[in-house]
Amino acid sequence: MDEHVHKKVEIIEFGMMSPKFIKELASAKIVTPELYDKEGYPVDGGLMDVRLGVIDPGLKCKTCGSKLKECIGHFGYIELARPIIHIKFISVILDLLRCSCKQCGRVLIPDDKIKKAMNVLEKISLNFGVTERRGQVKEIITSLKTVSKCPHCNAKQSKVTLEKPSTFLEDEKRLSPIEVRARLERISDSDLKIFGIRPDSMRPEWAVLTVLPIPPVTMRPSITLESGERSEDDLTHKLGDIVRINQRLFENINAGAPEIIIEDLWDLLQYHITTFFDNEIAQLPPARHRSGQPLKTISARISSKEGRIRHNLAGKRTNFSARTVISPDPRLNINEVGVPKVIAMKLTVPERVTEWNLKFLKQFIQNGPKEYPGSNYVIRPDGRRKRITDETKEQLLEELEPGFIVERHLMDGDISIFNRQPSLHRMSMMCHRIRVLPGLTLRLNPAVCAPYNADFDGDEMNLHIPQTEEARAEAEILMEVQTQIISPRYGLSIIACKQDSISGNYVLTRNVDIPHSEAIDLLSYAGATDFSGLAKKEKHSGKEIFSALLPKDFNFIGKTKSGDPVIIKNGTIIEGYMDSANLGEGSGLLLRNLHKQYGEKAIIELLGNFNRLGIAALLKYGFSSLINDTDLSETARKEVDTVLSDAMKKVEKYIKEFEKGTLELLPGRSLVETLEVRILESLNKARNESGEIVAQNAPQGSDTMTMVKSGARGNLINLAQISACVGQQALRGGRIATGFKERTLSCFKKGDLGSAARGFIVNGFKSGLKPHELFFMAMTGRDSMMDTALRTPKSGYLYRRLANALQDVKIEYDFTVRDSAKRIIQFSYGEDGMDVSKSEGGTINVKKIIELTE
Amino acid sequence: MAENPDITHVLVPEHQKISDKEKEELLKKYGLTGQELPKINSKDPAISHLALKVGDIVKIKRKSPTAKVSTFYRVVIDE
Repeated sequence: MDEHVHKKVEIIEFGMMSPKFIKELASAKIVTPELYDKEGYPVDGGLMDVRLGVIDPGLKCKTCGSKLKECIGHFGYIELARPIIHIKFISVILDLLRCSCKQCGRVLIPDDKIKKAMNVLEKISLNFGVTERRGQVKEIITSLKTVSKCPHCNAKQSKVTLEKPSTFLEDEKRLSPIEVRARLERISDSDLKIFGIRPDSMRPEWAVLTVLPIPPVTMRPSITLESGERSEDDLTHKLGDIVRINQRLFENINAGAPEIIIEDLWDLLQYHITTFFDNEIAQLPPARHRSGQPLKTISARISSKEGRIRHNLAGKRTNFSARTVISPDPRLNINEVGVPKVIAMKLTVPERVTEWNLKFLKQFIQNGPKEYPGSNYVIRPDGRRKRITDETKEQLLEELEPGFIVERHLMDGDISIFNRQPSLHRMSMMCHRIRVLPGLTLRLNPAVCAPYNADFDGDEMNLHIPQTEEARAEAEILMEVQTQIISPRYGLSIIACKQDSISGNYVLTRNVDIPHSEAIDLLSYAGATDFSGLAKKEKHSGKEIFSALLPKDFNFIGKTKSGDPVIIKNGTIIEGYMDSANLGEGSGLLLRNLHKQYGEKAIIELLGNFNRLGIAALLKYGFSSLINDTDLSETARKEVDTVLSDAMKKVEKYIKEFEKGTLELLPGRSLVETLEVRILESLNKARNESGEIVAQNAPQGSDTMTMVKSGARGNLINLAQISACVGQQALRGGRIATGFKERTLSCFKKGDLGSAARGFIVNGFKSGLKPHELFFMAMTGRDSMMDTALRTPKSGYLYRRLANALQDVKIEYDFTVRDSAKRIIQFSYGEDGMDVSKSEGGTINVKKIIELTE
Repeated sequence: MAENPDITHVLVPEHQKISDKEKEELLKKYGLTGQELPKINSKDPAISHLALKVGDIVKIKRKSPTAKVSTFYRVVIDE
């Protein structure tokens, strides 16, 4: 291993290149816009001059003598016929022009006050930092704008303005770049310090260009098309324009052309150099290709998401990763991921050969890349990588000895990192064990859908294979699924039972009796190996079977979803049953307590067993949601109808009162508002009442009802909307009121305020919606869809800003929350200093801690 | 004199000046030089009644939904 050299960045200095520096840096002077001669060889002094680097294979660089890919390229320069203002320093130039005397070039502060201003600046930068110092400089600059007489030479000062993009005006008269440069030259070194400019690294006149550096050809390579034609880079095109106009300007000046022609050419050169730096200046038309698309010049290469910084430097890409569609597999363990064989044969784990695994690893080489489990590469101790093929196989097998590294195929139990974007919290990247499976999708246990926020409607996920022992150990210890069970957001289980496992355990732990042999079947399907929890008797209740999975010394008191008590004593359910309040995600302390008492390894096993037991129970009894589960009895139907028609009558009554003006006003509301509130009130009441009727009259034993009651899926409102009445459609916080003139749809009378005309849906989904009802539903549906579609990117950007702002804020060992400069943000994290992931749903059970310590 | 709403308003937490001894203890407890503390403008209405100098430290007692009462410290700065 190389010895590491530690260096600390003390300061970073920003400055500008002086014309002298540009010439020293350059290895060629560019004088002609031509690129190649007749033979296709680069012209000397042209933009593709061989002294600027090599882009053709086989050629050697004339400056450094190295070949393609070794030579990083060399700058050239051109002498500009007239000075040109650098577009990126416009604001600096303007500030300096305004703050210095047009005659003597001194800063417009009297001598005695200069020192004072400097002291203030020093104090600010010492106490607050550079950003604040810059603010102060800005204030000085604004205060000097209005000075009308130079305090040093008494010369009258006139107002300098900027005519965008790059023309300076003084009293409506144009200041030529030559004049601008001359004025900047006059500003003394000592005065520059006030503006925060170090004269040794930057003289302001350098912001007006007299020579222009030509970037090396390696940063603007030309591409040879299939037809043999050469296609030049955008930058080369732009530079060609600059050199051409510059030559013409030279010629015209030498020939003594009229001033107006020279000015025109000068402006054109200014335009070309400006767009060479930045082609997205608001006031300038962008320079375009012949095809009409704008040229990508220097600024566009660096800035924004696709620019050099965010795309190439900050954006990392990785090897040893895979991505495909995901699908569920409830028979996988929670901390496993199913990997298709084709992927397992592409991704590899490097395994170092020792004398103990030599024989074992030889088998992988023997199998080669085409047979599973084989290997793809062998890395020799000298670092050379050898691909295993039928030809190289024999030789590699022979020379294999300790010190070699074999890159073998993925196998069951290997460590991987599994991820779904957007990675919004730490549970979005968890470590899973590999399980190689047939098929083409990545498989995961549905219990981990919640932390990834994944579903199976076409979602894709990424898989990464750590390549070093350290990375694997870190992933295993810090990121494996079992370490992430308790959410740091609310201190409860985020990985829990879902859907069928909840309803299955609900069915099981409510009253069923099962013969001994079948009970053993269920438990072994669930994954239990120890059946001693099951008493020796003919029949077992479902509670006993579930209890057999629980640890023998587990005690728990909790509540079901409906509020009934759940009591578990010594690992046996004494009272109550399992439902979403105890097994579901983010609810109840059953899983939290199991995790606390028995640890990560036990909880992952228990959760897997619970899941499988629930599914086994459903498989045993069968479970179907029927359409007639949502049938309403004759009497219930009538009841719903009366409730609804009563509400209609009430609404009509309100409208009549409203029209007569006898409607009693609600405090703080207008007549129209009162009517709306009253109508909404009675319609909501009707909806709720019909819901209650449905809840009471729906067939209680049905599987649909089981799902609702266990909390696995669906709720009473869903049920009511199917069988009784969908209810009011809301748009923009009220009843639907927009559409045609004075009415929502043309099938209503103008000015109709009744329930049906304003989006109340009387029918249920099963009986079917009337055309106008369907239309209202589509309105709200579209509205909410648009809302989600527009909100997602907004909240995503908000999150990005937040994450960037908070990225290095952490809790120090003295419990304070501090940023990277060790500035305090909070004296105690969250004001109470509590680690939520160590709490029980956000609170600490003090009683229990005392009990445990006693 | 009427009550000053800048100080007595329910949403303005209680601000107190801490003694030099307390200040020393606080700085020592967190290993601070004074630069790292959150700041408060000397002209802030909430501390106008305390007659503070630049460099003094105020103790703020806030109502907190998580900790009931949380204490916070700020160092007085010049504008």
